[in-house]
Amino acid sequence: MVLKLENVTKKFGEFTAVNDLSLAIPEREIFGFLGANGAGKTTTFRMILGLLDPTDGKITLDGKKVDYSTSPIIGYLPEERGLYPKLKVKDQIVYLARLRGMNKHDALKELEYWLERFKVPEYLDKKVEELSKGNQQKIQFLAAVIHKPKLLILDEPFSGLDPVNVELLKEAVLDLKEAGTTIVFSSHRMEHVEEMCEHLCIMQKGKPIVHGALKDIKRSFGKKNLVIHADFDLSYLHRFHGVTNTKRTAEGVHLQITGEEIAGEILQDIVGKGFIRKFVLEEPSLNDIFIEKAGASYE
Amino acid sequence: MNNFFIILFHTYLTKLKTKSFLVTTIVTAVLLIGLTNIPRIIEFFDKDGDAEKVAVIDNSGQLFEPLKEQIKASNGDIELVHFTDGLEEAEKQVEAEEFTGVLELTLTADQLPSAAYKSMSMADSMVVTELQSGLQQLKTMMASAQINLTQEQLAQLYEPVPFERAALEENAKTEEELNQARGLVYVLLFIIYFAVIMYASMIATEVATEKSSRVMEILISSVSPIKQMFAKILGVGLLSLTQMAAFLLVGYISIKQNLESMEGGFFEFFGFGNIPGATIAYGVIFFILGYFLYATLAAFLGSLVSRIEDVNQMITPMTMLVVAGFMIAMVGLSTPEAGFITVTSYIPFFTPMIMFLRVGMLNLPFWEIGLSIGILVGTIIILAIFGARVYRGGVLMYGKSNSFKDIKTALQLSKKE
Repeated sequence: MVLKLENVTKKFGEFTAVNDLSLAIPEREIFGFLGANGAGKTTTFRMILGLLDPTDGKITLDGKKVDYSTSPIIGYLPEERGLYPKLKVKDQIVYLARLRGMNKHDALKELEYWLERFKVPEYLDKKVEELSKGNQQKIQFLAAVIHKPKLLILDEPFSGLDPVNVELLKEAVLDLKEAGTTIVFSSHRMEHVEEMCEHLCIMQKGKPIVHGALKDIKRSFGKKNLVIHADFDLSYLHRFHGVTNTKRTAEGVHLQITGEEIAGEILQDIVGKGFIRKFVLEEPSLNDIFIEKAGASYE
Repeated sequence: MNNFFIILFHTYLTKLKTKSFLVTTIVTAVLLIGLTNIPRIIEFFDKDGDAEKVAVIDNSGQLFEPLKEQIKASNGDIELVHFTDGLEEAEKQVEAEEFTGVLELTLTADQLPSAAYKSMSMADSMVVTELQSGLQQLKTMMASAQINLTQEQLAQLYEPVPFERAALEENAKTEEELNQARGLVYVLLFIIYFAVIMYASMIATEVATEKSSRVMEILISSVSPIKQMFAKILGVGLLSLTQMAAFLLVGYISIKQNLESMEGGFFEFFGFGNIPGATIAYGVIFFILGYFLYATLAAFLGSLVSRIEDVNQMITPMTMLVVAGFMIAMVGLSTPEAGFITVTSYIPFFTPMIMFLRVGMLNLPFWEIGLSIGILVGTIIILAIFGARVYRGGVLMYGKSNSFKDIKTALQLSKKE
C-alpha cells in the first residue's frame, strides 16, 4: 500500500496545525515521522485515519480516499494507552478485531499466537487494569496489528517498555514490514528511528523541515561529529574555525564541525601536543539533526 | 457482521454481564415479588399466631351465643370462649396470656347489649373493632325486633341512596376508570422516570469511560462516531427492554399466582384489575421515545467530558429536566385538565411523562397525541443530528474544562472545512 499525502493542510479556526504537507510512503517501509511536541504529528495521524478531514489537500491509500471502508486494512497504536480497563484481554482484542472486519475465530487464533510470541500467554483471561504499564503496551500493540493491516500507524510504540520488550516489539515491527506492511512510526527516541527507518520526516509547527532518506539527510546535513580523547587540554578548540559546537566529556571533547577538511586541520593542530588516545570522525546522529532542526523553534 | 451490530451487541452483552446490573435486576425483582405478595406475607405472619381467644363473661345469659355466631361469620381469627369463673379469674388468665382480653356483656335497662373490654394494652385495635361491630349488629337486630320492624323494613332503612355521576363529554372516563388510570399512570410514570435517569446516565458514563481510557481513539478509527453513538444508544436501549421484560415477567407470574387474593384492596386500587390496553401501549411508546430523547442527550454530553468524575456534573441539567417533568406529572395526577399541564405536555422534554399522563387520564383527540409525538420525534431527530456532530468532535477533545463552551469547540472540530 502506498500512502500519499498531497498538500495537506489542517486548520483549527485561526490555528494551522498542519501546513502544506506532502509525503509519499512506499510499501514495505518504515517511515519515521518525527517532530517536537505539538508539531502536528497526532493531527496528521488522525487525518490519515480519517478521524479529521483535512482543510485542504488529499490523502490517499493506493489512490483511494481513506475513509471507514478502508479501516480494516489500517492498524493504529495511539500514543496513550487506549484499552478498556475492566475488560478481559480476550474480550477486548476480539471485539476490536471484529470491528476491523475479522471474525471471532480468526481473531482468537491470532491473539493466541501473539500472546505466545510476546511470552505472555497467561494474560488471555486477565483484565487490562491488572497488567503493568509495559504489558498493557504489548496488548495495545497487539490490538493494532491483530487484523494484519496493510498500513500500520505506530505513535510512540516503545514508551514504557524495558529494553528486552523493546527488542521483542521491534522484531515484530520488522517482521510486519517484511510481510509487506507500510508502517508510519513516530518516536522521540532517535536511536529507534535511526535503527528502523529508511525514510523520515521531521515536522516543525506543522511543516516538514527535513524530509527524505535517512542516508541523504545525514549527508546533506554536512556537519560531522569529531570525538577526541587526549591527555592535554582541548578546550581551546571551540575557537577553532569550522567548529560549530563543543561538548566537554570526561575524557576529552565532542565537537561538531562543518566538514571533513576541518577534522584534518584539527588533527594537524593537536599532533605533538601530547598523547591522543582517540580521534574519530563520525556521521551526525539523528539526535543532533533533530535538535538542530526542530530545536530552532525554541530559540 | 456489520460493525453497527457488533458494537450494539458488545454494549448489550458486556453491560448485561456486569455485577451491578445483575444485582440491580435481582434486587428489584425480589422487591417486586414482595410487593405483589403483600397479602400473602401478611397472612403468613398472621398464621403464625393462633386465633385470638377472648374470654366472654355473659351476665345476661343470652348474648353470648348470637355474638359468637356474628363474630364467627365475620372473622375466623377471633374465638370467643364462654367464661364462667368470674371476672377476677378471667383477668388473671389474660395476664397469663391465656386470653387476649376479657369481654363482659350485660343488658341495659332497655334490654340492649352493653360491654366492657379489658386487655393487657390498648395497642391491638383489630379485635376491639371486630367485637364492637359484632355487638353493634347484634344491637341493631335486637332493637329492631323490639319495635317490630320486619327484615324488609330494616333493609330499606339501610339501603344507600342511589347516586349516579355522569360526564357530558362523550367517551369521558368514568370515575372508576379514572381511579384505575391514576394508579396505572402513577406506576408507569415512576418506571419512565427511573428508567430514563438510570439508562441515560449509563450511556453518558459508558461514553466517558471510553474517552478517559482513550480506547475511543481506536474505536473511532474503526467505526464512525455517529454509528458508534447510535449503536450504543440502541444497545443500552435493548438492555433496558431486557430489564423491563424481566420485571414484567416476574410481576406477571407473581400476580397471576396471587389472583385469588387480589380481589379488593391493593391491586384494585392501582387499577391492575383490568388494564386498559391503550394506556399500556402509550406507556411503551412514550417510554421508548423518552429513552431516545434523553439517551441522545446523554451520549453527546458524555462525549464532552474527559474524566468519568465529570460525568455527573455534566448531566445534572439533564437530570433536572427529568425531575421537573416528573414533579409536574405528579401534580397533574390530580388535576390532569389544568392549563399548565396541557402546555407542558407539548414541551418535548416533558412530553414522555406529561402527555402520557394526559393520555392515560383524559380522553384526548388523536391529533393532540399525534402532535406531541410528532414534536417529540422531531426533537429527537434534531438532537440526534446535532448530538452526532458534537459527539464526533467531542470524543477527540481532551482537557480539563467541561463547560458548555466545549460544545462549540466540538462542533468546530467536526466541521468539514
